[in-house]
Amino acid sequence: MRRVLLAVALAAAAAVPVACGDGDDGGGSGSSNPRLVVSAASSMTEALTDCAKGYPGATVRLSFAGSDELAAQIRQGVKPDVYAAANTELPGALNDEGLLSMPTEFATNQFVLAVPKGSSIKSVEDLTKSGVKIAIGSESVPIGSYTRDTLSRLPADERRAILDNVRSNEPDVKGIIGKLTQGAVDAGFVYVTDVKATDGAVKAITLPKTLEPTVTSAAGVVDGAKQPDLGKRFVAGLVDGRCGDSLRQAGFGPAP
Amino acid sequence: MNAVVRVRTRSRPAWFPLLLAACLALALSFLTLPLVAIFVNTSPAKLIDGLGEPGALDALWLSLRTSAAALLIIVVVGTPAAYLLATRSFRGRALVVTLVELPLVLPPAVAGIALLAALGPKGILGGALDSAGIELALATAGVVVALTFVASPFYIRQAMAAFAAVDRTLLDASRTLGASEARGFWRVAIPAAVPGLTAGAALALGRALGEFGATLMFAGSFRGITQTVPLAIYDRFSTQFSSALALSAVLVAVSGAILLSVKLVAGTEALGGAPR
Repeated sequence: MRRVLLAVALAAAAAVPVACGDGDDGGGSGSSNPRLVVSAASSMTEALTDCAKGYPGATVRLSFAGSDELAAQIRQGVKPDVYAAANTELPGALNDEGLLSMPTEFATNQFVLAVPKGSSIKSVEDLTKSGVKIAIGSESVPIGSYTRDTLSRLPADERRAILDNVRSNEPDVKGIIGKLTQGAVDAGFVYVTDVKATDGAVKAITLPKTLEPTVTSAAGVVDGAKQPDLGKRFVAGLVDGRCGDSLRQAGFGPAP
Repeated sequence: MNAVVRVRTRSRPAWFPLLLAACLALALSFLTLPLVAIFVNTSPAKLIDGLGEPGALDALWLSLRTSAAALLIIVVVGTPAAYLLATRSFRGRALVVTLVELPLVLPPAVAGIALLAALGPKGILGGALDSAGIELALATAGVVVALTFVASPFYIRQAMAAFAAVDRTLLDASRTLGASEARGFWRVAIPAAVPGLTAGAALALGRALGEFGATLMFAGSFRGITQTVPLAIYDRFSTQFSSALALSAVLVAVSGAILLSVKLVAGTEALGGAPR
């Protein structure tokens, strides 16, 4: 037994440096097309999935999550080729840190109040009634900061009443939409594109212009990307190419 | 038997034990490196700072409360249920056992969807719950439900095995001496099965503390109400990495302590430590 333990210890000592060295080099894909890895905000799921199918010259692999979470992954050394966020702040910050190329603003979105089909809620004021259940994005994710931005423009008592009705801080927009379609909450703040993707299960209430934040999406090529040129082409295409068309179809507005 | 094995291994090249040791070493470094990294990546001072943040303590307190509540429900209902499954044979028993064990292998996301479909506001029991004034989705009670759902099989499986291992002659003797079945269960079977039951409870507690997906989907995430430690870690991952690391470290330490206590309990059993 002692010999076995000794052997384990020796082998472990030998194995650790191997494990520490960078073992993952993407693993040869084998297919003729190079693989382009795109990290994008949850709100772009439908549009980008659509245009990634049969994307010319590359196999596009998409990874969707909250923009903040994707940014955190990049800060932890994860290297997708392209990062597309639901705001301009996160790509801007990554650019400042030298982790992302100069971001390109490629689309706009509309920030709306969303309620299940047939809801009696008609406006932001209705959210102040007690008993109304609301889901919003957590503070760190763009949808959450847009929400707090909007709420901060309301009178203090109204804002407090709404925040008191918040029942969940969701990590991304999909979570808010899910809670809405399941009837777990009565209202939530999301992008109009998310509402459109529910095929009528959820309806959008447009906010007064004074309350509506400007939602601009921006993307860039990640520093150290394996496919920087393809990445550049993909980002350009978000503005006025194949994926730009898909975004427009999903309800995104043109680049500002 | 032992002697024969020893002679054979000595007379041959020792490549097989070496292979075993190498595989174990590989597994060990792969499994421990990420956990070690949690502690290496941050200084103890930062860990304490990360925990000092009020939301982190809220999450810890909520996790402990909800996991304890779930464990209580699991033990109270699961122990007799496991006893029945361990001591009776009936048609469809295999099916029942499979159904009880199923949450063990379900992805948490499936558990979350399933709970919403069953107990959510639009779920099959949603109307009944609503008219009874019971609210589960987005409530602390919902967290307990989610934890109970995912953690129960860990306890029930272990409890079944523990009861099955109880010497039948002891139970029969207690019946012969005039004790009712309930009394035999309470005074003979449970004391004899205590080590196994404790191990099962510890595993269920560990699973409950780590639950993430079902909780997020069914109960949402709100500080102090439904945001357990795993949800708080996820929430902090992007903006407060050191706080996320601190909470992760606590979870690793607590889970490690739970597993170790299982080993100790199981160890006394193996050594013949008298189950009283």
